[in-house]
Formats: sequence, C-alpha cells, structure tokens
Amino acid sequence: MPRIHTANRPPRWIVSAAVLVAALAILPLASIVDVTVETPWSTIVAMIVRPRVGELLTNTILLVALTIPLCTILGVGLAWLTERTDLPARRVWAVLMTAPLAVPAFVHSYAWVSLVPSMHGLFGGVLVSVLAYSPFLYLPVAATLRRLDPAIEDVAASLGLTPWQIFMRVVLPQLRLPIWGGALLVGLHLLAEYGLYALIRFDTFTTAIFDQFQSTFNGPAAYTLAGILVLCCLLLLAVEAGTRGGARYARLGTGSARTLRLRRLSRTTALICSLLPIATCVLALGVPLTTLARWLIIGGAEVWHADDLAPAFSQTLIYAAMGALITTLAAIPIAWLSIRHPGKLVRVIEACDYVTSSLPGIVVALALVSLTVRFAYPLYQTMATVMLAYLLMFLPRALVSLRASIAQAPVELENVARSLGRSPAQALWAVTLRLAAPGAAAGGALVFLAIVNELTATLLLAPNGTRTLATGFWALTSEIDYAAAAPYALIMILLSLPLTWLLYHQSQRSLGR
Amino acid sequence: MSTLDLRSVSKSYGAVLAIDRVDLKVAAGSRTAIVGASGSGKTTLLRLIAGFEAPDTGAVALNGKTLADQNVFVPAHHRHIGYLPQDGALFPHLSVERNIGFGLARDIPGRDARIAELMDLVALDRTMLKRWPHELSGGQQQRVALARAMAQRPQLMLLDEPFSALDTGLRAATRKAVAKVLSESGITTILVTHDQAEALSFADQVGVMRNARLVQVGSPAELYARPRDPATAEFLGEAIILPATLNAGWADCCLGRVAVDDATRSGPAQIMLRPEQLQIATDGTGCPGIVIDIDFGGSTSALTIQVAERVILARCTNAQMPTVGATITMAPTGLAHVLDERI
Repeated sequence: MPRIHTANRPPRWIVSAAVLVAALAILPLASIVDVTVETPWSTIVAMIVRPRVGELLTNTILLVALTIPLCTILGVGLAWLTERTDLPARRVWAVLMTAPLAVPAFVHSYAWVSLVPSMHGLFGGVLVSVLAYSPFLYLPVAATLRRLDPAIEDVAASLGLTPWQIFMRVVLPQLRLPIWGGALLVGLHLLAEYGLYALIRFDTFTTAIFDQFQSTFNGPAAYTLAGILVLCCLLLLAVEAGTRGGARYARLGTGSARTLRLRRLSRTTALICSLLPIATCVLALGVPLTTLARWLIIGGAEVWHADDLAPAFSQTLIYAAMGALITTLAAIPIAWLSIRHPGKLVRVIEACDYVTSSLPGIVVALALVSLTVRFAYPLYQTMATVMLAYLLMFLPRALVSLRASIAQAPVELENVARSLGRSPAQALWAVTLRLAAPGAAAGGALVFLAIVNELTATLLLAPNGTRTLATGFWALTSEIDYAAAAPYALIMILLSLPLTWLLYHQSQRSLGR
Repeated sequence: MSTLDLRSVSKSYGAVLAIDRVDLKVAAGSRTAIVGASGSGKTTLLRLIAGFEAPDTGAVALNGKTLADQNVFVPAHHRHIGYLPQDGALFPHLSVERNIGFGLARDIPGRDARIAELMDLVALDRTMLKRWPHELSGGQQQRVALARAMAQRPQLMLLDEPFSALDTGLRAATRKAVAKVLSESGITTILVTHDQAEALSFADQVGVMRNARLVQVGSPAELYARPRDPATAEFLGEAIILPATLNAGWADCCLGRVAVDDATRSGPAQIMLRPEQLQIATDGTGCPGIVIDIDFGGSTSALTIQVAERVILARCTNAQMPTVGATITMAPTGLAHVLDERI
C-alpha cells in the first residue's frame, strides 16, 4: 500500500524551491545546447574547422598548461615557507600572499600594460595570470599544511628519510586535494576571464566570444565558440574529478594533533628564501599599487569626477547588495536539504548548481541574452536578468559557507522546536537559520565582492546606461584613459580588501586557530 | 487505562530493519524505560513516538487518538509530546527565559508567571532566567530543557538518554529530580537508555530492546528475576547461567540440587541465578568450589569460583572474605529462574 504521509521527508516547498533554482541553473547550458542543435550541422562544422578556432584552442591549452603548474609551484613553495619554516615575518607574508586577490584580474593586467606597454600575447597572459591567481593555490595548500599530523613526518624521519624525501614522499602526497582543488579553480578562471586577456591582447575563447558577440550580436558563431568553451570547462571538471582520488588525509586516531615543529632556516637560507615572497609581493602587489598611484598622481584631482564616480559607486553597491541577498536566499533550500536530507535528488540538484557556476560568465550571459531575446523580450537587458546571472554564477559561494554553518546547527534543536509545536518551516526559521546567520553573512559577503569585481556578464546584460565601477573602469581603459580609470580601480580594491581578509581569516579559523 | 499504544510498529532505513513489529502499552502517569545496547533501535522507537519519523507499518495511538497508521500521520508539532534529548539541546541563541518560553504563544496571559513557575518546578533560581545556555552547568541545562518541554503541559514526555552526558554523581541526582517533577505532574514518561541500572531504578515498566525487537517488557523486579533468555539475563546484570535437569520444581546442576521457579517443566533446561543468590555457607554444607580470583569491591567483593568444570561468579561481604585458592562451600538462596527452552 502506498504511504500517503512521510514524516521524515523535507517540506515540499523547500524541495520545490531547490528544484526551481537548479532548473534555472541548468538554463544556460540547455540554451547553448539548444542553439547548437538548431544550427545545421554543416554550419557548425564549418565554424569549428577553421584556423581561427585552432589558434584559440592552442592559446587556451598553452595558457592552462603553463599557468597551472607555475601557480602550483609558487603556491606550494610560498605555503611551505610561511607555514613550515621560521622564515622572518612569516605571518606578514601569509597575509600579503592572500592580498593579490583584492586586486581584480583586469586591474592586474591594466597595471602591467601601462607599465610595459609592449607586453602582450602568451608570455604576458601567463605572467599576469600566475600573479593574479596563485593565491587560489596558496590558500588551501597553506591551510592543509597547518593541519597535517606532524607525527607522520616524525615517523618518516625515524624510518631514515631525509627532509627532502619526507617532503616529496610524505608531505606532497597529502597536499593532493588542495592542489587539485586550487588548480581547478585557477583553470576555470583562466577559461572564464575576459578583461585580463583583452587588455594584454591575448586571444582566448572568452575574448573571441566577446568580440564575436559585439560584431554579430546573437549570431551562431558566438554560440559555437561558447559551446567549445563549455566543453573545455566540462573537460577540466572531469579531469579534476577523475584524477583527484577519493583519499582523505584527515588525522587518524584520537587526541589532538601536536603542534607543528617549524623548520629552522639558517641566516643565509632565510635570506635566500625570503626572495620568493619578496619577488611575489613586488610583482603581484607592488606593480598594481605603484601603477595605480602613478596614474592617480598624474591624473591629480581632475580624475575624481564625483558626477561619474558617485553613481557608479552607488550602482555597484545596489547591484552587489541585491545580488548577494538574492543569491543567499536562493542557497538556503539546497543548503538545508544537503545537510538534513542528503540523497540522490539533492546530489543532482547540487551538481546542477555547481556546473553552471563553473561556466564562464560570458557563457552564462550569452545564454541569458539568447533566452530573453527569444522567449522573454521584456526581460532583455533588465536588472532582473543581471540578478539571475549573478545568482547562477555565484550561488556556490553562498552555498558553501551556508552549508557549513547549517551543519554546525544540531538537528536535535530542530526536533525540539517541532516537539514544542513549531512546524518544520518555523523550526528552520526560528532555530537553524538564526544559528546559521554568521555563515550566511560570510557567504553573502563573498557574493557581494564577486559582483563588485564582475565585468563580463554585467557588460552584456545590464540595462543601457548602467555603469558599475567595473564597467566604468572598463569603458575608460578601452578609451586608453588610464588616469581616469584609476579611481575606479582604487575603489574596487578598497571594497575587495574585506574579502581578502575574510578568506585569510576563514583559512585560519577552519583549523581552530 | 493505557495512554500510549504501539501496535506491531515496524520501521526500516533502506535494507536495515530498525524497528521490528514492536508492541508496547504505556499506562497513564507511569514511567517506562526502554533499555538496549546502541544500535538496538531504541532511539528510533522514541523518534517514531515523537513524530520525527513515520512507521512503515503498524499504528501509534495516544489516549485513543491515532497518531500514525496506514492512513493517518500527525506531525511532531501537532502531537504535544514533550521531548528531552541527550544533551538538553538548549537553543544556544536564546536566553534561559526564551528557551523555556519557546513553546508558549507570545500573547497568552500570564506567560511570564508560567515561566517563573516552571523554573520553580525544576528547582532553578529565577535569577537564572537572563542567563545564556553556555553559562549553565550540565545539570542546570537539563533542568531548563525539562522546564521547556513541560511548558506546553505534554501528556507524554520522551527522554532520550538525557542523563548520559552528566557526571556519575550528578546523573543520579538529576535523574531523581526529573522523575520527581514528572510524577508530581502526573506526566507519562518514556526513558530511553543503554544503562540497565538507570532503567531499573527509574521506571515502573522496563522494555528490553535487542536487534530491533522489544524482547521483553515487565516490571524492573520481574525482569531482573525472570528474564526470558540468557542475553536479557546478562544485559540486566551479572548472571550465572547453568545447564540443569528439571524435575518437579527442582533442578540438578553443578551446584547440586536447586529449587526453581517453574514446577511444571521437566527435562534438560538452562537455569539462571544472580551472583548475590550464591552465598558462602558457614556451616560447611552445600556445594564445594575453589576460589580462583577475588575482585575486591569494598563492602562486597566479586569471587570467581571454580565449581567442577565451570567457572562461576559469586558475591561475598567483606567479613566473609576467603583467600585465593581456598575451598569454600556455597548454597543458593531463593529460587533459580528457568530460562525459556526455545533459546
């Protein structure tokens, strides 16, 4: 006999809300597939098999193949120096190594292009990418290094391994998960970034799609390129998932881990080792900041046009605040479900949310342009569409911290609330969400700051006349008015500093420090 | 009159059977303890009664009103069943006052007075109302949790190992205090625990759970003296289980001829004695045995004794203490219990 009631199933409205968000999340992918399917096969083949696509593919592969290993070496090296040695001022370096994240990627390349105007192509692309994105590897690797059980290394030493052998055979294998995770993040950024490569005149799929879109608007050529880019992203995800391995390197056994012993560096070694963080700081922080300072001095008071800056600033704040709020609210159902009712459906919903957010902003934007133009024209170039794009792109940022904080709110408290006469929804609201509020706020802040620095989707989707700090900066650099663009970059960096601090703080706190 | 009535209730999670055809009646105002090892299904049983889970088959009724069966399911928040979980589970973001008032509507008259009354009931000082959960000791937290559950005057209170997180001394005191509050208020109570001593001392009725089944229900004294099978016998306390031959109310076993509680059965069977039933005979009569180990325990000590081919456990007072290697004689007092032949 079929059961008509199910006490331990989640409320229907929560499941519906989560499914709705997942359905929205799958829209861009479906739309790209749809357009590609509708285009005659011969046209697609003609558009794919041409030298231009081969060139873009070569560029993209070279960029990924060079940047990821360089980021990994730099990130692991710096993390080891700041976490496992007594390098002078290592805590200061730890903060400074995170700081380049506060500088939007396109501001990095703006700085380099105005410092070395001749810089362009693959070399420039790889250099700026490594500087802008290596913190994505540094942060998780440093966090894991701090958490490793020192007893394992002691045992390895007692078995006769030299320090170098210990690093290669004991420490490095335990860093596999953070390295893979960080490399995936860097890879997805390399595929998605537009501003950085456009400024440095290095053609990738993303810049080509953007150019194509500007010349032919809603044409199939842009969609074909977007389709290839999507395949690249999915390939990257598949490679990472296939090679990451399932091993968890958590401490076995009970009791708290002994504190790590730091490796003593001799004076000379410390001096030589300090060169790495110094050089990184000069290139990743010094160059953007001095360039910015130079342009601000050259521009003087004239570049601070309150008429232009104030609206851009307030518009940015409005977009970011609304986007953060909507995204956080949309993340609640799936975050709660994934903790309280994990199951097959919930995993599928989560996968939908994550896959879309790993697609480049340009693909999401292009898909939303196509969808609104074809099916919902009144929504084309409206704030609603921009918000939807932000939601799809940044949902996981809200999801991750919300989920972690819901997991810390014991389910028993919800049970007690229900035994005291609250419905499941009321219990969720009165207890769990109150306790998860700090996590929700942290997730919301991450989304907020992602929107502040978002360029591509905003350029494509925002209503005419919209000028955020990022699009304002972009418009001015496109006119080669670098001095006028500087105040926009400075405000974006200042707004992003809390993000950097938050990330640094989270990586410390996750280890109970 | 029985208030809570479970009829043939089953529940499984995937392929794992958590509750297997459990029948249980709980009388109004009584205290019932469900005792079992971890994984025996006792917590699932509690969750089914609370309404956090729905049974796959069977029916749950309270005061004649069906809470769950094939067609009906009353969700937890409509059941008015109090629930006191393991660690109290106070809402960490609410003060003591707001924790206790959580289940009370905001606008009912005399709300503050009711909260104060509940504080008195659980013997907490009213000045603690403004405190936060983390500022309370474990025992105080449990009392606040009890007051919170009592606020809506439940007909039934479910206690899910609420004392296990407390220190040994505090545990007994808190258990007594909770039992007193609940029986003075006439609230029917079900306690789930893995601690047999706690179950036996707390309840009027004890149910033993094993492998998803409720294997035996009865009064504490009855269960202790007349368990149905060896596993239950040993779960509820130390037991001496011996093969014997029954004949008209007597059993022949390695301890000699022992009176048993079942005169109807005859032939081979297993009998059970509690160690305290075996005492050292001072007059030299009874069954001889060699003391092979003594576990000193203060006023009474546990003796390990070799009797013929068997090793059995007995107790003796400090005054009677033999030495290891000594030969003693023992005589059982009271009746030995005949275990079910099926098992």
